Amino acid sequence: MNIILIAVLALGGIGLVSAVILYFVASKFKVYEDPKIDEVEEILPSANCGGCGFPGCRAFAEATVKKAKDEKNLEGLFCPVGGNEVMQKVGETLELEIEAKDPMIAVVRCNGSHANSPEKVKYEGVTSCSFAHALYAGEGGCQFGCLGLGDCVDACEFDAIHMSDERGLPEVNDKCTACGACVEACPRDIIELRKRGPKEKRIFVSCVNKEKGAVAIKNCSVACIGCGKCEKVCEFDAITITDFLSYINFDKCKLCRKCVEVCPTNSIWEVNFKPRKPKAEKVPKKEPDKIKPAAEGKVAIENNDDNKSKPGEDRK
Amino acid sequence: MNMFTVSGSPHVHGEYSTPKIMYGVVIAMIPAMLVSVWYFGLDAVRVLVLAAAASIFFEWVIQKYLIKGAVTITDGSALVTGILLAFNVPSNLPSWMVIVGALVAIGMAKMSFGGLGKNVFNPALVARVFLLISFPVEMTSWPKPHALSKGFADVITGPTPLGIVKEGLRSGKTMQELKPELPNYIQDLIGQMGGSMGEVSAVAILLGGLYMLWKKIITWHIPVAVLGTVFLFTGILWGFKPESYADPLFHLLTGGLMLGAIFMATDMVTSPMTHGGQLLFGAGVGILTVLIRVWGAYPEGVSFAILLMNAVVPLINRGFKPKRFGDNPGVKIEA
Amino acid sequence: MGLLKTFKLGGVHPAENKISAQVPIEVLPLPKKVFVPMGQNLGAPSKPLVKKGDEVKTGQLIATAGGFIGSNIHSPVSGKVFKIDVVPDSSGFRRPAVIINVDGDEWMDDIDRSNDIVREIKATPEEIINKVKDAGIVGMGGATFPTQVKLTPPPGKTAEFLIINGVECEPYLTADHRVMMERGEELLIGTHILMRALKVAKGFIGIENNKPDAIAHLTKLAKDYQGIEIVPLKVKYPQGGEKQLIKAVVNREVPSGKLPIEVGCVVQNVGTTLAVYEAVQKNKPLFERVVTVTGKALSKPSNFLVRIGTPIGELVEAAGGLPDDTGKVIGGGPMMGKSLLSMDIPVVKGTSGILLMKRAESHRKPEQSCIRCSKCTYVCPMGLEPYLLSRVSKLGKFDYAEKERIMDCIECGSCQYTCPAAIPLLDYLRLGKNKTGQIIRSRNKK
Repeated sequence: MNIILIAVLALGGIGLVSAVILYFVASKFKVYEDPKIDEVEEILPSANCGGCGFPGCRAFAEATVKKAKDEKNLEGLFCPVGGNEVMQKVGETLELEIEAKDPMIAVVRCNGSHANSPEKVKYEGVTSCSFAHALYAGEGGCQFGCLGLGDCVDACEFDAIHMSDERGLPEVNDKCTACGACVEACPRDIIELRKRGPKEKRIFVSCVNKEKGAVAIKNCSVACIGCGKCEKVCEFDAITITDFLSYINFDKCKLCRKCVEVCPTNSIWEVNFKPRKPKAEKVPKKEPDKIKPAAEGKVAIENNDDNKSKPGEDRK
Repeated sequence: MNMFTVSGSPHVHGEYSTPKIMYGVVIAMIPAMLVSVWYFGLDAVRVLVLAAAASIFFEWVIQKYLIKGAVTITDGSALVTGILLAFNVPSNLPSWMVIVGALVAIGMAKMSFGGLGKNVFNPALVARVFLLISFPVEMTSWPKPHALSKGFADVITGPTPLGIVKEGLRSGKTMQELKPELPNYIQDLIGQMGGSMGEVSAVAILLGGLYMLWKKIITWHIPVAVLGTVFLFTGILWGFKPESYADPLFHLLTGGLMLGAIFMATDMVTSPMTHGGQLLFGAGVGILTVLIRVWGAYPEGVSFAILLMNAVVPLINRGFKPKRFGDNPGVKIEA
Repeated sequence: MGLLKTFKLGGVHPAENKISAQVPIEVLPLPKKVFVPMGQNLGAPSKPLVKKGDEVKTGQLIATAGGFIGSNIHSPVSGKVFKIDVVPDSSGFRRPAVIINVDGDEWMDDIDRSNDIVREIKATPEEIINKVKDAGIVGMGGATFPTQVKLTPPPGKTAEFLIINGVECEPYLTADHRVMMERGEELLIGTHILMRALKVAKGFIGIENNKPDAIAHLTKLAKDYQGIEIVPLKVKYPQGGEKQLIKAVVNREVPSGKLPIEVGCVVQNVGTTLAVYEAVQKNKPLFERVVTVTGKALSKPSNFLVRIGTPIGELVEAAGGLPDDTGKVIGGGPMMGKSLLSMDIPVVKGTSGILLMKRAESHRKPEQSCIRCSKCTYVCPMGLEPYLLSRVSKLGKFDYAEKERIMDCIECGSCQYTCPAAIPLLDYLRLGKNKTGQIIRSRNKK
């Protein structure tokens, strides 16, 4: 009995002394943190993806609270994963008015699939786009085109981009939060963050080749040749041609689709539009099995839940 | 149309390949396999075949059905583990225990760490220690060597020479008194002593070691460090008090030291990457072996010594880096 | 003779396959069109001087250096400039080039076309360096570093030794070997010229022991050339790497991140030295070079004297035509050469050879698990740990890679050559070097 009593007293005594010491140490070394930081952090999605530009959600919360205190606004701070909904709640917590931003999505601006840009050589090596880009121009010959080795797929933390084995190109699905990781990862700047558009409708030039038209078309049948027809037909001044490449400004574009119709190489994509009424005529210039952009666009946006496809043989 | 291949340099490859290395080790183990069959008869064949087959089988099952990845049983690494496991157990071990050993070696010590190249501990030794602790009686009844003609039933078991020394010294005898009970050096060399299947013949193991050195599968650093350290320390002890300590040559030739130094400690996956690190590793194995043999509870300490040093290998790799080119210019450099 | 010198750390012994070693240099007939790229040197690309329609003569200046680290380019043919357009380089990227339609072979008047060997060196060191610069000479071993920059040590550093790289450690290549055999005396005069430019008294010519005829020939000739020592070396790859060569010949190690001048040495390739002789003694700028065309399936392995800008398809045709069994076309040797995408690529100043590989030898073995055998560490000539560097490069830990000296890697390929598990170590190392280099550059900018 004695021994048990001694043991209980001894351990209890140690526990009590430690508790007191810890209490004083904790209060002496306490770091003051604005309680609003915790409140804002609660609202954030906790993805810690870095899409906002800060290292983790806590850092973003700290930045918002600081900015709200110093400048009374949240200019330049946006959580792409949470989107407008979360930013509204953050604004409410910090007693600020937040303007809604247009939702964005990552867009792969290359249609150099196996069919459109057939391989001229066979690549053997590590499955890394950065490495392949430093090594050579590409299997199809276009030195601006997608290499299909999946650095973008590796970078994505939201399961939103997958490689299509059939086409050899990455495809983005609805889970995309526009965090920008794939944009960073692509060594050829093929992926761009663009507005999702009303009802997910968007139009973009699916090519980033800056070479003269004759050279570009030799390597890929759907390359942009910089002919300028789209620029001429656009009534909203949304299209500019630089270095033989057309670019559609998504803020000015009103989705009228005139540019898609006039493009001679089918380089401009319209995504999620209703199919047009068939017109007489326009015989497609290229191989019959080439997929038309409108149909392909529909396929691209569907949820690829089962899509764990591998880009090439060397994939681990 | 003939399409060219594009890849980064180099565009040629040398002659080494993983199967070549693994099967080279298997060939190096053939002398020891033959000796064990000679001394322990059909039992040895049973244990060898079972251990090898079970190891390969378990690797196949785990890779195909559990991991659902690539099946790599043809690279020879499971075969090597199986044979080494067989070398570490007595030849009269019941079959089901051999199979359990194979499962522990492949499943627990190799696959659960991530497969070939990712394990920290030597799989055959993990299995051996597991069996030793789980089945101490069966794992320490060592058959005395008998001719091939004798069948299974006539096996006589007894302690190993190290066991005799341990028990004898504990019960107060001196080394000189124990001498008549122990095999002489020649018997130690060629294997006429009790022990596990692989440890008995030092000559067979040395032959295998020389083959591996020739084929550049191992380098001399680890075996020399292990054997040298054991020789040194037991020599010092024996020099002080010959009646209480066995002489160094006895220590070198008995027990699993030869097998451990040449086949187990040199396992590439679980040993250090630089020569300096390998020497330290070998010395550590040697010291620990001597400690356990002389002052520890077990008569044999090589398995534990190697496993303990395996745990330290990542730290050794951190500390021992190769000599860098350019750190010693050979001429004064103006700042 | 005693033990042959060599570098101590690492190295491998790939099969030598010097099948064209005894084939004398043959002048390749002129092509109909040449494509002269503007980017033929390390550093800034050159700026074209001519435009469409201009008439040019062989040896005429057609492009000027694009910067301090740049070099002039001279027309390799006479004819009319067809256009200035983009042409694929050895990686398949299209780069600007001057395309000339060949018409006859009229050389510039000031070039001495005779075969007489000019022994007396009249130029001063400054004149030599200027002539080298004007002639557009770059390192012809493959690095294509502008030679005039190498001959001008930075302030505070002086050269003590000149080392001529006659090692040619890459399997299959024999261009330097043939130059040593057939233009030996010009080579020695070129060595003396370089020694004068650098103001050094001692020059070495390092030659691997698989070229005994070259060693004997040059040793005999060198008796008349004071200060030049022929050094036979043990055959080991990558002995031709300048750091390894310096270690082998004068036993000095270039420190990490520094240049050979730091230990008082300057290394020049045999082809470069010959070009220097021709520029200084014959007023001939650099517009042609010896290229080895080789391969086990090729019917006529050869060493051709080729004008810059000739499409490699023409060389292969002259060597017997592209064999059916060709899986890879390599510009350079099999250890460090680049695999080419097509036969339209032009010969440039750094093209030492064209190697055609059979299909069976062109494919990589599938990658397996690392078995931690550390053979890669044993063979690395820079004392690095390729298994570790490739692992951390794959994982993206570039600060750790930098600490483990990934930037010291000379990309020789010994590690990948040796790896039993066929891991593409050099691919990962290059990836790591690339990314680490970017990080270092952006850090230095701040």
